[in-house]
Amino acid sequence: MVNFFEWEMPISYSSAIEEHNAVRNDIGIFDVSHMTIFDLDGGDQLAFLEYIFANDIKKISTSNKAIYGVLLNEYGGILDDLIIYHAENKFRLVSNCSTREQNKDWFEKHAKQFNVSVIERSDMGILAVQGPNALKKIHEIKGISFEVQNIEPFGCIFDDDNLFARTGYTGEDGFELIVKNSEIENFWMQAIELGFTPIGFGARDTLRLEAGLNLYGNDMTINNHPYESNLGWTIDMTDKNRQFIGKEALLSIDQKQTKKLVGVILRDKGVLRAGYEISHDQGSGKILSGSFSPTLQSSIGLARVHQGYAETGKVFIRNKELKIKFISPRLFRHDKID
Amino acid sequence: MNDIVDRLKFLSSHEWARVEADGSVLVGISHYVQDLLGDIVFVELPEVGQSVDAEGDAAIVESTKAASDVYSPLSGQIIEVNSLLEDEPEIINSSPYEEGWFFKLKPSNMDEMENLLSPEDYSNVCGD
Repeated sequence: MVNFFEWEMPISYSSAIEEHNAVRNDIGIFDVSHMTIFDLDGGDQLAFLEYIFANDIKKISTSNKAIYGVLLNEYGGILDDLIIYHAENKFRLVSNCSTREQNKDWFEKHAKQFNVSVIERSDMGILAVQGPNALKKIHEIKGISFEVQNIEPFGCIFDDDNLFARTGYTGEDGFELIVKNSEIENFWMQAIELGFTPIGFGARDTLRLEAGLNLYGNDMTINNHPYESNLGWTIDMTDKNRQFIGKEALLSIDQKQTKKLVGVILRDKGVLRAGYEISHDQGSGKILSGSFSPTLQSSIGLARVHQGYAETGKVFIRNKELKIKFISPRLFRHDKID
Repeated sequence: MNDIVDRLKFLSSHEWARVEADGSVLVGISHYVQDLLGDIVFVELPEVGQSVDAEGDAAIVESTKAASDVYSPLSGQIIEVNSLLEDEPEIINSSPYEEGWFFKLKPSNMDEMENLLSPEDYSNVCGD
């Protein structure tokens, strides 16, 4: 067990690699109750979210769907990444654990201009059920409504106060179940009885890394803007009339000059770790997240580098120079060893 | 398992040493620490011919979680490394005291064996 912002969390229940493979090949269950859940109330919910969220909430505000995006400060720095769910005219936000107090203060400060209140739901927790067999087996948990199987990818439904969504952080199909604390143990125990593999935070990290998904605090912080964090696609300026926090700052950024967040595959034996220096013909950078990919059987990582990089470069590990290949983080699992 | 462990001496930093019939010394890491490290995915072994100091850096072991130094229990010269670990480092997890040995050294001062811990004292270090 490891202590993470006052939460006791298991690194692994058995073997991190076996847990990783269970999610890639079958079905696994994660307790991610450390994440922060907020509900909104009041007449200005939509206007409030249009203002604080850099993606455009209008994309989901008439359907039962989830949307990923970032909160920015006035300088375009990323305060957090989060998912916003919308169903039955209710909005629910799920953001990181390390940013809980920051986000509460931020929401409170900006909610004053709107008829809206933001309520932390510390009475709820989150289970993630992920893997190619998730869709087939999820309804075997008693208490999970049968309709769960009909949710489209990135869709969600409310069941009373519980929210079931087809979202995740692994690159696999699956669900996230936001449920009352009083029910969560029952759901977890049933899942274990059904043979779902319990997944710790070691495998959670290798799964999200293979899927090319950023970890807030590692791969991006308040000192990074979305364009150098591989998140330009979450910035929606289609609606020219929409003002959101950070918009002016983003407009002043020359995207041709910014650094890029790229995927890195180690071509030699070894393991990439956060902090290792890397270089390519046109510049340099640093590994931000690094680990071993059980699927590729080699080490992969994310790094922020100067633009103009070729396909290959070097990493410096304990005074040795090893070969790396740059790749889009989304394409890790499609990589062919050449 | 106990018969195997009884022939070993330990460093409190979780390395073991075993004196072979020819006077050479085999070195590896303990069952306790392989479990703590989790899945081992990479090992950097010393060069044959290299000299090592007692409690000095000799190898690196990396699991999915972290990289850790492996220290030599004794001073001496490396005479063989377990090249099997380069392709199958997970052997350290499954067989830390036998197939998962790291290197063999020719000790320069056998008196240093006196500084190592007995299996019983080592298990106290681990808090078992």
